[in-house]
Amino acid sequence: MGNDLQAVMLRTAEVMINELKLEDVTPETFDPDIDLVDEIGIDSMDLATVALVLRDEYGIRFDEDDYPKLTTVRKIAEYILARKKAA
Amino acid sequence: MITVSSLLDASWYERYRRISKLNIRSSIYDVTNQCNLRCKGCFFFSSNEHKAAREEMDLTRWEAFIDREKARGVNLAILIGGEPTLHLDRVEAFYRRMPTFCATNGLIRVPRERFPDLMLGISLWGDENDEKKLRGRDTFSVSSKHYAGDPNVYYLYTITPRQIGRTERIIRRIRDAGLKVHMQLLSNDEGVDGFDWRPEELVDIRSEMDDMLDRYPDTVISSKYYHEIITTGKMLGRTFGWKECPSVTEPLDRRDPRPRRLIGFIRWASDLKTMHRCCTSETRDCTTCKDGAAHMSWVMVNKRAHIRTTRDLQNWIEVYEMFAKLYQFIPW
Ligand code: SF4
Ligand code: SF4
Repeated sequence: MGNDLQAVMLRTAEVMINELKLEDVTPETFDPDIDLVDEIGIDSMDLATVALVLRDEYGIRFDEDDYPKLTTVRKIAEYILARKKAA
Repeated sequence: MITVSSLLDASWYERYRRISKLNIRSSIYDVTNQCNLRCKGCFFFSSNEHKAAREEMDLTRWEAFIDREKARGVNLAILIGGEPTLHLDRVEAFYRRMPTFCATNGLIRVPRERFPDLMLGISLWGDENDEKKLRGRDTFSVSSKHYAGDPNVYYLYTITPRQIGRTERIIRRIRDAGLKVHMQLLSNDEGVDGFDWRPEELVDIRSEMDDMLDRYPDTVISSKYYHEIITTGKMLGRTFGWKECPSVTEPLDRRDPRPRRLIGFIRWASDLKTMHRCCTSETRDCTTCKDGAAHMSWVMVNKRAHIRTTRDLQNWIEVYEMFAKLYQFIPW
């Protein structure tokens, strides 16, 4: 599992597609800057589901207070990398 | 992948964005076990929930409890009972700490000097005759005088099967008192004769509710999709009930698979320790449950399922807006 931003973004998108059963999109075609709430309709329960998988994979903690900031795949991936670095 | 903006025009998209990040986290609190009425069919008394816990009497414990609830992420306190206005000090403890909604029968006037913008929902169970039969008195004549013209008050009109063809008079009286109304359906928890819903009655009341919304849009806070869901118990081909209910107290929720639900939702008893199963009576049969808030929440937590067609998503937006208005997250 690569840990550079691109790889983490791809994996985040993949988890999102699998966990939320998003159709007609692949990790490669998932726009990392699309607003997850305003455009895909993700809510905090969805985000919690995705965060649970990513938490286990990357060994980091998602702070629930940070959810409002995690509005794109890119921001989630950057958050993961920042947390890993801090750990 | 279907996106929100691909389904909505600019004005609907703006409406969506106004609510999409609200992140409402509600919980329900039994403020007291006492009431100044004893309505037939009141879920609280009929299921003996008033005996489930000994009421906490120490106000400082209430205050500390509310602070903990806030720290847990609750941003909407829904106060029920019993009759919350019998203990205004407890209501005030919530009101000073977080967005608060208080259900009341309206017999005691909440002093506006002390609670300037507390949102109140006054229960109303039909016309004078139904009210006398089910609640022992005509509460409207009292509550409408207490709150005439108050912008932070609405009637929670519980429609009974006997009300079919007679709701308009009530809506007009509410309008004439300068107030708003939200409609829900009686669940008849005590099996009062003649107050169970027959399928054909549900069809009739749905079209009557639609009609009231069309004719009194400034008075009725509702949506046709909500009318559909509450009268049919169906949403996008799914059936409402225990397996789907979003309003189950989270720490008691052992359902597997776990449905989409209200995050962190708890209904607390008045000892501030005991939890009730859900937002309504512990003994209620989920297959006939008509709880309005549970049906609304059912729609709200299933947002992505509605990102399917323009109409489905607009339906979702209307229900969410209705909820947000009823609890003061957006203006009327
Ligand atoms: S006023 Fe409300 S709490 Fe009191 S008995 Fe009637 S339904 Fe129950
Ligand atoms: S009685 Fe109604 S609100 Fe309570 S769990 Fe059953 S369906 Fe949900």
